[in-house]
Amino acid sequence: MVDLSPPYVPAVDIAAESARPSRERIVAFFRRQPLGTVGLVLVLVMAAAGLSAEWIAPYNPTSNDFAAMTQPPSWAHVMGTDQFGRDLFSRIVFGARTALIVGFSCAIVGGVSGLVLGVASAYFGGRLDLVLQRVLDVVMAFPLIIMALAVIAIFGSGVHNVILAITIPLIPRCARVVRSSALAIREVPYIDAARACGFGHTRIILRHMVPNVLAPFLIMLTAFVGQAILAEASLSYLGLGVQEPTAAWGLMLQGGAEEYASTAPWIAIFPGLAIALTVFGFSLFGDALRDALDPKLRDR
Amino acid sequence: MYRYIVNRVLLVIPTLVGAAALVFVLMRLIPGDICVVRLSSGGGNVDPRAVALCHAELGLDRSPILQFLDFVWGFFRLDFGISMWSGKPVAEEIAARLPISLEIAVMATVVAIAISVPLGTISALKQNSWIDHVVRTIAIAGIATPSFWLGIVAILAVLDISHAIFGAPWMPPIDYVPFWQDPLRNLSMVILPALTVGYRYAAVTMRMTRSAMLEVLREDYIRTARAKGLVERIIINRHALKNALLPVVTLIGIEFAFLIGGLVVTEQVFNLNGVGRLFVLAVQNQDYTLTQALVMLTVAVFVLTNLVVDLLYAWLDPRIRYG
Repeated sequence: MVDLSPPYVPAVDIAAESARPSRERIVAFFRRQPLGTVGLVLVLVMAAAGLSAEWIAPYNPTSNDFAAMTQPPSWAHVMGTDQFGRDLFSRIVFGARTALIVGFSCAIVGGVSGLVLGVASAYFGGRLDLVLQRVLDVVMAFPLIIMALAVIAIFGSGVHNVILAITIPLIPRCARVVRSSALAIREVPYIDAARACGFGHTRIILRHMVPNVLAPFLIMLTAFVGQAILAEASLSYLGLGVQEPTAAWGLMLQGGAEEYASTAPWIAIFPGLAIALTVFGFSLFGDALRDALDPKLRDR
Repeated sequence: MYRYIVNRVLLVIPTLVGAAALVFVLMRLIPGDICVVRLSSGGGNVDPRAVALCHAELGLDRSPILQFLDFVWGFFRLDFGISMWSGKPVAEEIAARLPISLEIAVMATVVAIAISVPLGTISALKQNSWIDHVVRTIAIAGIATPSFWLGIVAILAVLDISHAIFGAPWMPPIDYVPFWQDPLRNLSMVILPALTVGYRYAAVTMRMTRSAMLEVLREDYIRTARAKGLVERIIINRHALKNALLPVVTLIGIEFAFLIGGLVVTEQVFNLNGVGRLFVLAVQNQDYTLTQALVMLTVAVFVLTNLVVDLLYAWLDPRIRYG
């Protein structure tokens, strides 16, 4: 009879072994991936700015000061002021919060929904897989911004609707990648062993399949945060995303940024830099994570 | 091969019909009666008889299934109905704006290929060198930078430079003139948007070229070519690049189909009257027939480009057609 029980390993040893290499792995990651470390630092700086906006921002981001309109950068306003006299630095710091709320909400909701659909599609296979894949094909055929525009047309603008509009197109993109990883895992003997032990579908999916597709999932999650921030900025720039007076980077580039481009270029430069640096940070970190987690790419 | 082509072409039908169904349902989920919105644009009460007449005119008094079949049939005949906002045929509205969008898309593709293939190849050949790091950083920056911001910065730079050289700021023209009528005016209008969209496009393609080249350079036949004593230039151009370009061509095709997404925002920045801008106007004006037609056209271009790319791929790679 085949013994399906896991090999005996003392519990204390497992804890000690798993703690040590992970610490070493983190240090090795920083050493081997300097660009990834830069990316992580950028992300952490933006996250810190967004989380502690009330303490960092020197001015109220929504209050107008008509005595200080289109002021160039100075000690009083490090990034200058916009056409309504609002402090740009304060608006960028509060804009980081909006960007990160939208970015993380879309990435997590879209990613987790895609994960569930992708793993279920691979695990159950057959007709469910066929139907699900055709449905995902249809949704994937819509460019992200076009799908988001269609959803905005139905539900209207605002932070919550923007999150919904960006989340929907992310789901099939995640499900597709997760499914391809899960298909390979479905064939490995321990899944058959789990089935033979009489475990339920939910347990097999959650305990045995999901942990094994987490690497591509995490890499995709970091890319999704960046994509969602870019999509939110684009929608807000078009006037279909976050609405005034909420501080949002894309919104800051709408109207005044172009109108005052020649006389007050800082209105256009700083919000754009904030978007680019944040997405740049997420992309660098995601790339490094992929290189670190994928053995085939480690020495590339 | 024929069996593969037939299967692949047949797969297009459920995707297109599914997309049409999704667009149709999405448009009908938009809150409010389209006719009431249209008739009450000037404010005041709306006469129910006028609403009924509008429903009949737009075919909204028929069953949803009949409306859907009519929509699909119209789509295949390229008859998208009448724009609810301008009252002109949707096909006419799109045709008037298509040349400029298409020209920018083609130019952006040329820019992307011209930048990405050489840089991606050099990056792979000089893996982990400073050149590789610079190219990879440029590529990631291209993906991270919002194209509309790049557009604003480009306009800003043109204004400043022209002011410094000519003493007065110069702005690209806004009215579209076909290339064959006035090539200089045409190019001065489309070059900045093409570069702006092309940079992001180039960044994505550059990463794919690098990754595909790295994969191919590790293949046995490259080692064999080197062992035979072939000149490195021939190995790269004839053996490595030719094979590495297969996934790159796929990506270029897919990205071309998705360019409309990039144009939506870029045309707004440069104030160009193209299809992307028309899309935003259609959503803002709640012009459902126009939005519906534009979404469906984008999806159709994407699905058909994918089909062409897949067929090309099968023609180039026998493992696919016999797989």
